Amino acid sequence: MRIAILGFGSVGQGIARAILAKDLNITVTGLADSRSGIIDAGGIDVAAALARKGNGDSCGTPGISPADVVTKAEYDVLVEVTPTNVETAEPALGHIREALGRKKHVVTSNKGPIALAYPELRALAEANGVLLKYEATVCGAIPLIHAMQEGLAGNSISRLYGVFNGTCNYILTRMAEDSLTYEQALAEARELGYAEADPTYDVEGIDAAIKLVILANTILDMHTTLDDVERTGITLLTPDALRLAEDLDCTIRLIGEIVPKAGVLRVSPRIIGKEHPLVVEGTLNAVTVEADLAGELTFIGKGAGSTETASAIIGDLLYIHDRYVQGS
Amino acid sequence: MKLEMKDQPGQLVAALKPISAVGGNIIAVIHQREASAAAKALDVQIVLELPEGRLETLLELLREQGVTVVRIGEERLLYKCTLIMIGHLMHTDLSDTVDRIDRTGSAEVTELSLVMPAINAPSSARITIRSTTRTEMKKAIRILRGVAEQKKLLIIEPLEDA
Ligand SMILES: NC(=O)c1ccc[n+]([C@@H]2O[C@H](COP(=O)([O-])OP(=O)(O)OC[C@H]3O[C@@H](n4cnc5c(N)ncnc54)[C@H](OP(=O)(O)O)[C@@H]3O)[C@@H](O)[C@H]2O)c1
Repeated sequence: MRIAILGFGSVGQGIARAILAKDLNITVTGLADSRSGIIDAGGIDVAAALARKGNGDSCGTPGISPADVVTKAEYDVLVEVTPTNVETAEPALGHIREALGRKKHVVTSNKGPIALAYPELRALAEANGVLLKYEATVCGAIPLIHAMQEGLAGNSISRLYGVFNGTCNYILTRMAEDSLTYEQALAEARELGYAEADPTYDVEGIDAAIKLVILANTILDMHTTLDDVERTGITLLTPDALRLAEDLDCTIRLIGEIVPKAGVLRVSPRIIGKEHPLVVEGTLNAVTVEADLAGELTFIGKGAGSTETASAIIGDLLYIHDRYVQGS
Repeated sequence: MKLEMKDQPGQLVAALKPISAVGGNIIAVIHQREASAAAKALDVQIVLELPEGRLETLLELLREQGVTVVRIGEERLLYKCTLIMIGHLMHTDLSDTVDRIDRTGSAEVTELSLVMPAINAPSSARITIRSTTRTEMKKAIRILRGVAEQKKLLIIEPLEDA
């Protein structure tokens, strides 16, 4: 199976390393980062591209743009792993449209296009007889979307709630463990590479809210936007508040919650018993799904990371390969 | 909740069965020998907890058993919810915040632990609300949310309902 990869950062390189390390039967025929690209129908030397990136260089030739890769490379699946833009979803949205229009499957970890334009993209994929998969957009390595679409098909979901942001979970874990202030815990998260230089997107609950929108719109038949999510972040939390929770054998976690029937979409810090299965340590994610036939299920796993996110992308790729792609 | 009835022969047994049938929990049975003792019947009080919304069914069943309920006593505050508030709690009149819930009459603040921080830093408090019904609890929390918005306080609610 031939793929073209847009974006060669943490996730893109994770995919490349997995392809090199394992016999997955995947050939990379197109590759682009923000400043360069490579197109090679015979198969790109992925190890060399990783090495160039490792040296701080671009992955390919400066004259070749991501749009060139989308329109000119020969591939079965476009893997779109460029940064998320929650306002316009561009340029990823345009690239995904273009690829679907060329009857190419698309796999993405980019939350923007899925949160903003899923119905349109899905219709476009259907009209062209191809698939659009996005497992990596929600909770990294946890195969939550696959579980809900396939394993729980036929169930009605009455409630879905959990820890969707590893950065916030790390900060809250540290505040509870060592009575750190929010600022101290955030500084520590930055040092360890768990928080961006501008952490707003994570700590204000925007990232978790987008994931709720994706689940609501693509699996729960809701029609929502980011503005529909009632959202409170963790920036105002105090060590005192965590201690007050501790007195009751509880702690505080940032919880995303969907109650489809009541139209509830909410991200907010909540008091939760320390023994509750959703109380996970560090950067882990955890999600509980309440289903009418299956009952209650809780998924716990790594919500981010280069290899972990690549795992979700590769799962989607092989799903497509097994069902749609003829030959190699 | 308290039910008062005439203690005529067989009435007590007739009254107890329907209570367990509707999922009620009997806390105490009190006989009162008062003035009315002269009138052949004794007053009996049953103190019980009842799941929400079952009172009508219970009264119906009691009527069928021929039990005469004289009086239904005050409902108790069975629902409990503990929340944490963060912000300038003192500067924004904490007693008013508490009062707005107590004023509902059906929900009240029964516990409050306040941690005083450094001067001018936001303080944190844990607040326990009790109410007669789940609906009243929801209403009390809605009121608290409104107050929080107005006073720029952060309210941390429990994950699970009361
Ligand atoms: N990292 C995770 O654990 C994780 C988990 C789940 C989902 N995601 C999502 O996956 C996506 C990629 O994340 P990441 O962590 O890999 O990001 P990243 O490390 O910042 O890498 C982004 C890559 O995209 C390239 N890029 C930027 N703008 C581009 C454009 N217009 N066209 C083509 N390439 C462009 C960058 O080029 P340069 O190399 O030239 O800068 C870089 O190679 C994001 O949408 C993110 O939200 C990430």
